[in-house]
Amino acid sequence: MKMLLRYREAWLLLAIAVVVGLISTRFPAFARPGNLAQVFNDTSILMILALGQMVVILTRGIDLSMASNLCFTGMVVAMLNAAHPGIPVVILILIALAVGLVLGAINGLLVWRLNIPSIVVTLGTLTIYRGATFVLSGGAWVNADKMSPAFIGFQRAAFLGVPVLSWIAIGVIALFFVLMTRTPLGRSVHAAGVNPTAAVYTGIDVGRTQFLAFCISGMIAGLCGYLWVSRYVIASVEVASGYELNIIAACVIGGISIAGGIGSVGGAVLGALFLGIIANALPVINISPFWQMAISGSAIILAVVLNARGERRQGRIILKKAEAT
Amino acid sequence: MDTTAQRNGTGGSQASRAAPRLTLSGIGKSFPGVRALHNVSLSLYPGEVTALIGENGAGKSTLVKIMTGIYQPDSGAITVDGGPVSLASAHAAFANGITAIHQETVLFDDLSVAENIFLGHAPRTRLGLIDWSTMRANAREVLTTMQAGHIDPDTRLKDLGIANKHLVAVARAMSIDASIVIMDEPTAALSMKEIEELFLLIEFLKSQGKAILFISHKFDELFRIADRYTVFRDGEMVGEGLLGETSQNEIVKLMVGRSIDHIFPERTASVGEPILTVDGLSHPTEFDDIGFKLHKGEILGFYGLVGAGRSEVMQAIAGITRTSGGKIALEGQQIAPTSAADAIEAGIVYVPEERGKQGVVIGLPIFQNVSLPSLKRTSKSGLLRLAEEFALARTYTERLDLRASSLSQEVGTLSGGNQQKVVIAKWLATQPKVIILDEPTKGIDIGSKAAVHGFMAELVAEGLSVIMVSSELPEILGMSDRVVVMREGRIAAVYDNGALDAETLVRAAAGIAA
Repeated sequence: MKMLLRYREAWLLLAIAVVVGLISTRFPAFARPGNLAQVFNDTSILMILALGQMVVILTRGIDLSMASNLCFTGMVVAMLNAAHPGIPVVILILIALAVGLVLGAINGLLVWRLNIPSIVVTLGTLTIYRGATFVLSGGAWVNADKMSPAFIGFQRAAFLGVPVLSWIAIGVIALFFVLMTRTPLGRSVHAAGVNPTAAVYTGIDVGRTQFLAFCISGMIAGLCGYLWVSRYVIASVEVASGYELNIIAACVIGGISIAGGIGSVGGAVLGALFLGIIANALPVINISPFWQMAISGSAIILAVVLNARGERRQGRIILKKAEAT
Repeated sequence: MDTTAQRNGTGGSQASRAAPRLTLSGIGKSFPGVRALHNVSLSLYPGEVTALIGENGAGKSTLVKIMTGIYQPDSGAITVDGGPVSLASAHAAFANGITAIHQETVLFDDLSVAENIFLGHAPRTRLGLIDWSTMRANAREVLTTMQAGHIDPDTRLKDLGIANKHLVAVARAMSIDASIVIMDEPTAALSMKEIEELFLLIEFLKSQGKAILFISHKFDELFRIADRYTVFRDGEMVGEGLLGETSQNEIVKLMVGRSIDHIFPERTASVGEPILTVDGLSHPTEFDDIGFKLHKGEILGFYGLVGAGRSEVMQAIAGITRTSGGKIALEGQQIAPTSAADAIEAGIVYVPEERGKQGVVIGLPIFQNVSLPSLKRTSKSGLLRLAEEFALARTYTERLDLRASSLSQEVGTLSGGNQQKVVIAKWLATQPKVIILDEPTKGIDIGSKAAVHGFMAELVAEGLSVIMVSSELPEILGMSDRVVVMREGRIAAVYDNGALDAETLVRAAAGIAA
C-alpha cells in the first residue's frame, strides 16, 4: 500500500518535472531555483487549503464551503484591521483560525448530529457563508488603502530569504504530516474512511472523527482567509469565488481517493503544486488562461484514471497473495 | 452428531462410469512470484457431485476462476464433453454451459425474479425489445420444474429470503441450460433448514444430469451431498476418489498433510466467580428479557439459528446497539456502555462475525490494525509511538502464530485465516476481561480453526472469560463449558455441557419439544 502511494506520488513528481522541463526548454529562466521558489510561494495558499480538504475527503466527506469560509473570514479580519489598525497581525491570525473553526464546526455538527451527507451540508453553507459575507460587509470592499502596512506586509516579510507565506505553508505541511502519520486522530481518519463499520467496532467514533475533520478544514479555510486578503489586498464578496473546485482538483490530482481512506499529505501537496505550476507556466509561454482550465481538467481525469488503475492492480495483488498463502 | 457418510444419492456408482462432462488436466497458473496452481487435474461427471476440498489458499478459488473464464491458465487443457475448449472469457464459460453459484449470490436485488433468471439472455420480440410475457412464462416454467413454483417471477429479489435467492440462482443456471454447476461455499450464510432445502435442490440438479462442483469447509455437508472428492493442498492436487471409500480423518490428513487427532483442545475448566451478569436486557425489535451469567475462566457458547438475535445481544453488551431496558454488570459494577469505546474501556470486547466488513481495516498494515483500539496506550502526549505499536502488534500476532512477511504488510494481502488472527490480536491487545467471539471460525480453514480453538483454551486458562457465538455444533459442543440456546430473540434453554448432545441443542433452537 505504502509502496503504491509512493509510486503514485513518484508519478506526480515525474509529471511535474516533465512540465517544468518542457517549459524550460523554451524559457530556461522558469526552472531557476528563484522562480521555482516563487511558484511555491504562489501556490502556498492552495497547498494549505488542499491539506484541509484532504482530511475531510479521507473520512469520506467533502467540504464545498472552504472558499466561502475563506471569503467570510477574510472579510472579518480585513474589516477588523480597517477599524482597529492597532490589533497585531498574530492576534488577527488567531481570530481568523477561530472564525474558520466555528464555520467548520457548523458543517461538522450538521454532518455528525443530523447525519446529512456532507456534500449537501456544505453545498448549503457554501452559499450561506458567502451570503453572510455580504450581510457583514454590506457589499462593500476593503481595499489596500484601508489595510495596515503590517497586515499586508506580514506574509511578504522574508525570513532566511524565504517569504513568511512559504514558511507558513511549510509549517502547515509538517504539521499535517505529523497529524496524519503520528497521531491517533490521523489514524482514526484513515480507518474511518477505509472501513467505517470496522472503525465503529474498534471504538472509533466515526461521526466525531468526521466532525473533527470539518473543524480542521474550517480552521485551514480561516487561516487562508487572512492569507488571501492580505496577499491580494482586497476583501470582497467575490473573493475566491469558485475556488473550492481548485482545492478539490488539487486533492484528486494528488491521488486522494474521493471514496475515502486513501491519500497522503505528499499527494495533496504535489497535486496543488502541479496546478500551481500549470497556472504559473502558461502565461509565461503565452497560452490563454482558458487552456489552463482545459489542462487542469485533463489532469484531473488522467489522475483519476491512473488512480483507478492503481487500485485495480492492488486488487489483483490481493487475490494473488490470498491464493498463495 | 450425524456425520456418518450417509449417501442419499441415486446417481452414484453406475453414473460414475459415464464419460466426464468436464475435465481439467495439467492446469498450472502462476502469478508473479507465486505459483497458485501446479499440474492440477479435475473431472466432473454428469449426475454427480464432486467436492473440492482444501484449506484456504490451497488454490480452490483460482481453479473456480479458471473454470468460469476469469483467469486464463498458463498451461494445461480443458475439455467439455470430450472436446477441447478455451474458456477465454466469462462469456465463453457461460456458452460452454458452466455457471457458478457463489457464497453471496451474485444477483440483482432490485430486479424481479424473472429478470434475474434471464438477465443477459432474455427472450426478445421481433423489434429487439424484451419479450416480457415469454420471459415471465419461461421463468415460471423453470421454477416449476425445480419445484419452486411458490416463487412469483414478478417478485423483487430483495423480498426473498436467502434460500429462495439460491433457488433463483439455480433457476438461472437451469435457464441457460448449464450442464456444469459450481457451488462455492453456498451454505455459508444459510440456516439448517435452508441448507436442507439447498440439498434437495442439489439432488434435483443431479437427477437432471448436471455435473456439480461443491466447495465447502463443512465436512458433514460434504459427506452427505457429494459423491466424489478432490483434495488440493498448496496449489497441487493431492488426492481424489469416491467419498464412500474414505473417511473424514483420511481427508483431513490429505488436506493438512498431517493428521489432526484432536481438533478441539483438551482443557480442564476451572470456572470461577461470575464476572458478567446480564439481566432483563431488551431491545425494541431484536431481543427480549435476556439474562445470563458468565463466570471467570468460562467459555459460554451461544447457539441458535441464524436470526435468533445472538449477535444483536452481543452487540448491545459491547455498546454498539442501544437497548430499551435491562442491566449489565461487570465484576459487580453496573455498566451501561453507549459506544464500543466505553465497552472496550470497561474490558469487554466484541470480535464481529464479518471479518471484511466489521473486522480488519483493509488498506492499513497489520501493525496499525492491531493497535487501532489501543491507540491511547501506544501514544504519548498525543503522538503515536511506532515502536510501541510494533511491539504491541508483535506480542499478540506471535502468540497467534500469524504468518506474514512483515508487520507492515497490508492486511488485505493476507489469507482469511490470517486476517482472522489479526482481528483477534487486535482485541487481545486491549487486554480485555471478557471477549465475545461471534462465529470465530466461520469460513476459515481447519488449520486456522485449530489455532483459534487452541488459543481460546489458552485465554480461559489465563482467567479471561469468553462468550462464543457459533452456529457450528461441533464447535459449540467441543469448546463450551455451558451453552445458551436462543430462539426468536429469547433465551430458549441453558445447558451444562456435560452429557449434552447435538440433538438437544438443535431441538431447543428450533423449538421442537423433546
